Amino acid sequence: MLGFGDIWVFLAYFSSILVAILCMVYGILNWNKGEESEPASR
Amino acid sequence: MIIFWVVVYLVIVALLGYLGYRRTHGTSDYLVAGRNIHPFVMALSYGATFISTSAIVGFGGAAGIFGMGILWLTFLNIFMGIFIAFIFFGKKTREMGFKMNSHTFPELIGNRFSSVFLQKFMGIVIFLFMPLYAGVVLIGAAKYIEQQFGIDYSTALFFFSFIIAVYVIMGGLKGVMYTDAFQGSIMFVGMVILVVYTYYILGGFTEAHKALTAMPTPPPLAAKGHQGWTSMPSFNSGFWWVMVSTIIMGVGIGVLAQPQLVIRFMTVRSNRELNRAVAIGGIFILMMTGVAFVTGSLSNVYFSKNVHNLDFCATSGAVKEVHANLPELKITPKNLALIQKKFPDAKVGDKITKGQGIPCEETKKGTIAVAAAGGEVDNIIPVYIKNAMPHWFGVLFMLTLLAAAMSTLSSQFHTMGTAIARDFFEQFGNKEESKNQTVFISKLGIGVTIIISVALAYILPIVVVKGEAIIARGTAIFFGLCAGAFLPAYIAALYWKKATRTGVVSSVLVGFFSAAFWITFVHSAESSVLGIANALLGKDTLISGTWSSVDPMFISLPVSAIVLVLVSIFTRNDNQEEIDRLFQK
Repeated sequence: MLGFGDIWVFLAYFSSILVAILCMVYGILNWNKGEESEPASR
Repeated sequence: MIIFWVVVYLVIVALLGYLGYRRTHGTSDYLVAGRNIHPFVMALSYGATFISTSAIVGFGGAAGIFGMGILWLTFLNIFMGIFIAFIFFGKKTREMGFKMNSHTFPELIGNRFSSVFLQKFMGIVIFLFMPLYAGVVLIGAAKYIEQQFGIDYSTALFFFSFIIAVYVIMGGLKGVMYTDAFQGSIMFVGMVILVVYTYYILGGFTEAHKALTAMPTPPPLAAKGHQGWTSMPSFNSGFWWVMVSTIIMGVGIGVLAQPQLVIRFMTVRSNRELNRAVAIGGIFILMMTGVAFVTGSLSNVYFSKNVHNLDFCATSGAVKEVHANLPELKITPKNLALIQKKFPDAKVGDKITKGQGIPCEETKKGTIAVAAAGGEVDNIIPVYIKNAMPHWFGVLFMLTLLAAAMSTLSSQFHTMGTAIARDFFEQFGNKEESKNQTVFISKLGIGVTIIISVALAYILPIVVVKGEAIIARGTAIFFGLCAGAFLPAYIAALYWKKATRTGVVSSVLVGFFSAAFWITFVHSAESSVLGIANALLGKDTLISGTWSSVDPMFISLPVSAIVLVLVSIFTRNDNQEEIDRLFQK
């Protein structure tokens, strides 16, 4: 297991990396979505 | 060399602060950066505000004790602090903030529930308790400057605060966010180099982990539930509760209701900017806390294998130059024989002070990280950097820590100042007249809160005996109060049309007071430092055993949420039509 002592720490290490990649993929897939100068014009 | 780079860094910060000042033309610019910030600046500003010196040095040092299991906090930091926060909280916050013309977190909640009381109460909670959080971040920064430059603590404190005060007061949130983005960039580069070099000197990814896994757990740590640096502590042990309830859950969830982070969502023009910021934010946080925790854990391999052939002292286990600065050394069965060579009458339990000359007994045999750092958890990362990394990196890392402290503090000062100005004083007297004075009153508010924070940073190390725990405890107290008092109200504001003003006011009050009670009388980590329980009851905590290790958030958050739901079910809104329209797409 790449030198880790137990499965939970192995999971902590790689799920941190995976969730950062998930954020990146989400951001890239939605790069041009959600554009509107405001929701509003109170 | 060091002074040159610090001056270059400060000049760039000053220029960016000035740019913020030039681009600030009114209330919206000063309080929410004109709602038109670039996603790259927003993401780095959010991340750099999120990550302070205590996250890198304090929690990185804690990883030197707890090991890599603490990486669950990194997972939560990214998942809750970026993914959930931006996508499920950020977009709604931005839209509602814009619709209701809100400029602060308390104003957003107050407007949503048509309650001036809520806005004032939240503003005063931020004003009264955030200086504690800012004060401990200041303590960390001033101590670091004191160590690095040999400048007196008080001088470092005032000089450092003054620099931040100038660009926050003049530049408003634009000045804060521009400088944050620059500081975040320095932090990112510093941490990338740190993790790559650490794996390189320890023989690569798998080799480093194998060496850490093979290290035996010292008996004192094993007795508390430690099972090695690449394993989780044993379930339900003292170590497990501290790690899971306080470090991982307390900080991981508490981040959602931080006023200085929530305001960032109101600074962008559309949801498109938030989508783009998610892509940057996740990687940024991974490289901050992830690297600090991995490096803190792996420093055990570096010191115990003595990779760079350092001189250690057998009597203390510390690196020789750290040993030379130890104020005192406690005699244990382990070092008794060595000490008795110089002090024949010494016995276990005695202390040898620096003045008496603490014997060293030089050796090449390494020790675990906390021993190498002289028993100080907060010292693990600085001692590791000084010994393991090249000299030029020491300069870069120093700038990284200065940037981490300044970016967090500038946002704290801005949030505290606007809370007392916009959310409290403006709600009295002639509202229209005071609204024209918002920027001026905010500047005064920021000035006042900076003075309070500096005073706390000056007084706390003197009055709190167990000084080293101040930084982590001050941070935990503020995070716990925010989560208990604000989080259910914030979620209800964004997602539950039927939540009522009475329900939310009850929830905020119950959440705040239950968190305050648990912090003061039960959670031993804080109650023993505060000393109020001891003064009133003669003991540090009302309930001993496992309960005294359970984080306040585990109590106040569910209680506050239940109160909100129950009271909202039995009461009703008198402006439900208006609320329904607010939720329309």
